[in-house]
Amino acid sequence: MVTTKTTKNGGTGENPSPSSPTIPPVVKKLANFFFTVTLTFIGLTAITFIIGRVMPADPVLAIVGDRASQETYDLVYHKLGLDKPLIQQYLLYLWQILQGDLGKSIMTSRDVLDDLIRFFPATLELAPIATIIGLFLGVPMGVLAAVNQGRWIDHVVRIVGLFGYSVPIFWLGLMALLVFYARLEWLPGPGRIEVFYDGIVEHRTGIILIDSAMQGEWDIFRNAAAHLVLPSAVLATYALAYIARMTRSFMLDQLNQEFVLTARVKGLSELSVIWRHAFKNVLVQLITIIGLTYASLLEGSVLTETIFAWPGIGQYITQSLFNADMNAVIGGTVVVGIGFVGINMLSDMLYRFVDPRARV
Amino acid sequence: MTSANRPEKSTGLRAWLLSETPESIWQARCQRFYLAWLSFSSNPIAMIGLVIILTLLILAILAPVITSGDGTSLNLPNRLMPPSAEHWFGTDELGRDIFDRIIWGSRITLYIVGLVGITVVPIGLLIGTVAGYLGGWVDTVLMRFTDIFLAFPRLILALAFVSALGPGLENAVLAIALTTWSPFARIARAETLTIRNSEHILAARVQAASTSRILLYHIVPLCISSVIVRLTLDMAGIILIAAGLGFLGLGAQPPLPEWGAMISTGRQYMLDQWWVAALPGIAILTVSMGFNLLGDGLRDVLDPKSGK
Repeated sequence: MVTTKTTKNGGTGENPSPSSPTIPPVVKKLANFFFTVTLTFIGLTAITFIIGRVMPADPVLAIVGDRASQETYDLVYHKLGLDKPLIQQYLLYLWQILQGDLGKSIMTSRDVLDDLIRFFPATLELAPIATIIGLFLGVPMGVLAAVNQGRWIDHVVRIVGLFGYSVPIFWLGLMALLVFYARLEWLPGPGRIEVFYDGIVEHRTGIILIDSAMQGEWDIFRNAAAHLVLPSAVLATYALAYIARMTRSFMLDQLNQEFVLTARVKGLSELSVIWRHAFKNVLVQLITIIGLTYASLLEGSVLTETIFAWPGIGQYITQSLFNADMNAVIGGTVVVGIGFVGINMLSDMLYRFVDPRARV
Repeated sequence: MTSANRPEKSTGLRAWLLSETPESIWQARCQRFYLAWLSFSSNPIAMIGLVIILTLLILAILAPVITSGDGTSLNLPNRLMPPSAEHWFGTDELGRDIFDRIIWGSRITLYIVGLVGITVVPIGLLIGTVAGYLGGWVDTVLMRFTDIFLAFPRLILALAFVSALGPGLENAVLAIALTTWSPFARIARAETLTIRNSEHILAARVQAASTSRILLYHIVPLCISSVIVRLTLDMAGIILIAAGLGFLGLGAQPPLPEWGAMISTGRQYMLDQWWVAALPGIAILTVSMGFNLLGDGLRDVLDPKSGK
């Protein structure tokens, strides 16, 4: 059943070239790793660069306005480097990104990077909680389904998983707001915190839960936590589905292994066989899955944040989009893309570190 | 093979389909499909998926018969009516029947998934099989290129593309296609690698078949089944991204009855008129669930390697 995303760095494994004896394999692997990272980075920026250039809106007009004289226009045109060859423009763009210069946002008239740093903590607050919900529910569900393969509980888990894959997340968010906020009034509505608490907590980490706890503002902490419930639960549906499905298939793999049979033959209790023998191996594989889940949540946050008026990076990107603020859109895309690739590579490395079999 | 162990000339269609010794290529092919169908139809989950997708197709085809208008005509006195016998799903803020609009919207959904499907599969097959068959630097270059697209989060890349190309249905399709083709290249390459040294390819090469002929007639057909499985499973993702773009106002533009855009307008009326936003969402959920169920079932049938 393992079909969707697993590690993505195939392409190196299939052609074992005759390795020269002088270079130790570790160095070679490291070199290969950095080569991949660099290439991916160049590719990422090249795509965003091309997107920025395909844009039908004229970047010069956006700055000078349509009543500027031809001289001003030409001056800005020249200043932006638009008269240079494309490849030179790209290299300039790359150089600016490496220096952390993503350009200025038209909407907020600040540096895009500053904006992103300001908006990032809100996303950072949402995604881990969704991952944790996904793990705490998804892993036991996956194990239960694997142990009861083919029985009704397996089907239930499968349907729940399919629901998580199939539901439009923005619709789920709207419905959750409708039911739990508007009708039942159990939970607070959109936003990170009640308006009258705004600005009371001093901005330290930007993560309200941590800031308010550090300053002993427990009312605010409770309020922020209540605001987190709906968006993180909605965001967690996909994580839950993915984790449950992968846990199930990993667990099935393990349960068919001979050591499990041995453990059973030895007369160990079923509970011990499942959790202390089979599940221990699954735990290692889950690291990759957690990484992939987390990365996919960065993406899911775009729509969730729009629904819940959550001032995170996803909302920043969509709002910039509506204001035709190209620097901000491209900057946000680059940063999320790098985050996505970075997390995937990190989990890949961590997996190799934890599981000796993957080092071969 | 002697005539002794050939079974008696069968009369029924079923016997013809299950005969141990097919007499023609045509019969053998029919048998293969029949056996696949038998295994597929014994899977209740897959059958539910098939029924959902077939229903969607039929509703889309019969849209002019089922509905009274084209789903865009205004009827302001009737705006925001709750579901009733006359308007099964109620009416929206311009008095349009939501049931009619959902039915017409199924055509847009099918248009999007169809167009994305017929764009990404040939691209993926071309890049993947060429990379896998030729190997060497061609492989490295093509696969690095593919990896870059794989590395990007899909929705965000699609957002960026649409923001550059401008909103609209065609641009949304283009953006989705640009973010969808890469896994197909990976799958086609993986399949090609497993068969490129097999004997039937060698035989074709010995007969001086050209590379393009080998790719087209001997490799591509063997990649098709895993590509189809992947495509069916991806359909759900395509629908969700399209709906997301529509919801953000970047996909199909009003007055087109695109489901995501319908939810977006229904959002304003959600507190008092829940049906305007809720029902198109159920349509999206049902269809993407249908594709997921169908894909799961197809995988069990077409891709025995995936195991149990």
